[in-house]
Amino acid sequence: MLLYVCMYLFSNTKKMQLSAEDEYPDLSEHCNHMAKVLTLDMYKHLYKRSTPSGFTIDKVIQTGVDNPGHPYILTVGCAAGDEETYEVFKELLDPVIRDRHGGYKPTDKHKTDLNPNNLKGGDDLDPNYVLSSRVRTGRSIRGFCLPPHCSRGERRAVEKLSVEALSALSGDLSGKYYALKNMTEAEQQQLIDDHFLFDKPVSPLLLASGMARDWPDARGIWHNDNKTFLVWVNEEDHLRVISMQKGGNMKEVFTRFCTGLTKIEELFKNKKHEFMWNEHLGYVLTCPSNLGTGLRAGVHVKLPNLSKNKKFEEVLKKLRLQKRGTGGVDTAAVGGTFDISNADRLGFSEVELMQMVVDGVKLLIEMEKRLEKGQSIDDLMPAQK
Amino acid sequence: MASSFTKMMSGRTAGLLVAGLGAGAAATGYLISDSAALNAEQRRKLYPPSADFPDLRKHNNCMASALTPAIYAKLRDKVTPNNWTLDQCIQTGVDNPGHPFIKTVGMVAGDEESYEVFADIFDPVIKDRHNGYDPRIMKHPTDLDSSKLTSGMFDEKYVLSSRVRTGRSIRGLSLPPACSRSERREVERVTVQALAGLKGDLAGRYYSLTDMTDEEQQRLIDEHFLFDKPVSPLLTASGMARDWPDARGIWHNNDKTFLIWINEEDHTRVISMEKGGNMKRVFERFCRGLKQVEHLIQERGWEFMWNEHLGYILTCPSNLGTGLRAGVHVRLPKLSKDPRFGKILDNLRLQKRGTGGVDTAAVGDTFDISNLDRLGKSEVELVQLVVDGVNYLVECEKKLEKGQDIKVPAPIQQFRK
Repeated sequence: MLLYVCMYLFSNTKKMQLSAEDEYPDLSEHCNHMAKVLTLDMYKHLYKRSTPSGFTIDKVIQTGVDNPGHPYILTVGCAAGDEETYEVFKELLDPVIRDRHGGYKPTDKHKTDLNPNNLKGGDDLDPNYVLSSRVRTGRSIRGFCLPPHCSRGERRAVEKLSVEALSALSGDLSGKYYALKNMTEAEQQQLIDDHFLFDKPVSPLLLASGMARDWPDARGIWHNDNKTFLVWVNEEDHLRVISMQKGGNMKEVFTRFCTGLTKIEELFKNKKHEFMWNEHLGYVLTCPSNLGTGLRAGVHVKLPNLSKNKKFEEVLKKLRLQKRGTGGVDTAAVGGTFDISNADRLGFSEVELMQMVVDGVKLLIEMEKRLEKGQSIDDLMPAQK
Repeated sequence: MASSFTKMMSGRTAGLLVAGLGAGAAATGYLISDSAALNAEQRRKLYPPSADFPDLRKHNNCMASALTPAIYAKLRDKVTPNNWTLDQCIQTGVDNPGHPFIKTVGMVAGDEESYEVFADIFDPVIKDRHNGYDPRIMKHPTDLDSSKLTSGMFDEKYVLSSRVRTGRSIRGLSLPPACSRSERREVERVTVQALAGLKGDLAGRYYSLTDMTDEEQQRLIDEHFLFDKPVSPLLTASGMARDWPDARGIWHNNDKTFLIWINEEDHTRVISMEKGGNMKRVFERFCRGLKQVEHLIQERGWEFMWNEHLGYILTCPSNLGTGLRAGVHVRLPKLSKDPRFGKILDNLRLQKRGTGGVDTAAVGDTFDISNLDRLGKSEVELVQLVVDGVNYLVECEKKLEKGQDIKVPAPIQQFRK
């Protein structure tokens, strides 16, 4: 049984006297997904609408208007304020999703698969090359507005619910919550040393969306005692869930990831809450780039020879992988060590994406070994996935 | 708390309108639970004001000092005619706790009506910032008659430049934190059209930030006219930098002595300046220019935001009243090293800044000296105060040069009783 629930409200009538042409942003210098898609006509259809909670088209696109972007790196340029954003502003978000997620159509269905048994292999990536393994995703709690739009009361409610759910985890998943505003100096230093602590965002891409309001109220970090399962509360999304460990056992990382997520979801359901999810968009998150699985699975891997090879980019593209520096997004690689992860989020299941990473990284290491010995890698070139 | 959420969210919301969706939309059919369909009013009821009250325990700004849970509860659900809320007014103060030594204001207005709708918080903030000025009972004097200024010619061996600035808002259009793109463009259009009517020594030209050529930009930087997208989190947190650089620009006269900033922190910032110590002439041009601009916008049915309690209405409560900062760049090598320098400035109701403006340090022995006060005294009074004060400072400097002693002057009275 599918229910379609949507409400269009007219915002302030005084502002409505001014026309769409007068309000339409100047996107002539812009290069992001939103700017490529938002025509004056589209803006005319959308500018009088708002989601039930009051999120408007101008709020959706503010980050993209304020950050013109770069010709080489196409940012998304829009953000959701609540689950309904993706419905009320479909006309804009469907083509943005299509462009960002390899042609994903409004009629496509997204498969969710969090069964780690379906992953083949992944427990034997060569530790001489793979330094660490990590899988992350995000989750939003249905019924609450997202970080760009939530009130302080909502954000605190998300924190309270999340902390309650996480405190019920046991065994190797049992852990502790550190609220950003209550942290002691010692705790803060420990979290920094462990590379767990997230700070108030400085990127104008994030700030312009309004997600950093009221910092550090209701933000915090939870991690298990083993420091292999970590949850960020109220950063860019309601929850960011991370499973990680040193070495190359991606299978173990993924298994813990799936077990943890499933348990957390169960705990939320016990409190009559669920995650935002639908069969078209999968898991609903703040940034359209993270829809579907919201999953980025990756390794820190040493590829000093392969990274200098002229075929490196091509190989990554064929394997549907992307490279980043070891500081994460927007950083440079240090000493031939790269962060290699899946490029896709939507249209493939979690297991499918993990498989791509596991198989892909295996191949990259094989190529690296060949180049070490001065041998050719031509016969190893993969087909486009 | 969780169980009360559950109860309130399980009911189906009434009165949902599907009309206006368009034929295609209804057919798509996505599963959205009842709880996701709450409208803004229902959301507000779900969270009592106490749930939204900001945590201000580590804060030190005027807003944090004045905002109580009771005031917040009274004002949280109110909106101005432009739909501006209390949370939007105080966002900058919540996001910027302030500094133990420097007390920032911590809130802004989104429109003229903010000062009235949210008077319960603006009034104590205004009182705190403006030396006890009470907007409910006191009246602010406006006086732009520059002929009243006396002794406005400084010793140019010490005073390097003179400058007077203020701001003006166009009534009927929202202020920079709240304005839509079309409102901001309207401010630009109204102002530029008016400025095109200025003649004689005030005739000039507009340079829009979006259309500026590289050469124009370089020249404006070299002349210290160009303003850039704000980086201070105090400003960006208020939302005034949205859509940059759309509808922002700089107008200046051909003589480069009269300059207007459009859509930076306020609708307009008006600046009269010149090298040297002729503050009288700077103030005369300031008043004449302002009056002419006001006349030109009135011809087209517009006016400035002003009322008899708050004077000229600007975005930041710190700039209410006159919005006026009159100052000089002055060399005070000996006086600045005297331990009584700070007290002398305080008693004269003056402040020192570095020559880069607010939040900069002095270079060499040259200081930016200007009036501290904005509200409760007229433009003429404040500029006179600066003239008398700077003359006094220069006299002190000369005395110290001759090895004579100086006196700390008696403190100036705050408001005319």
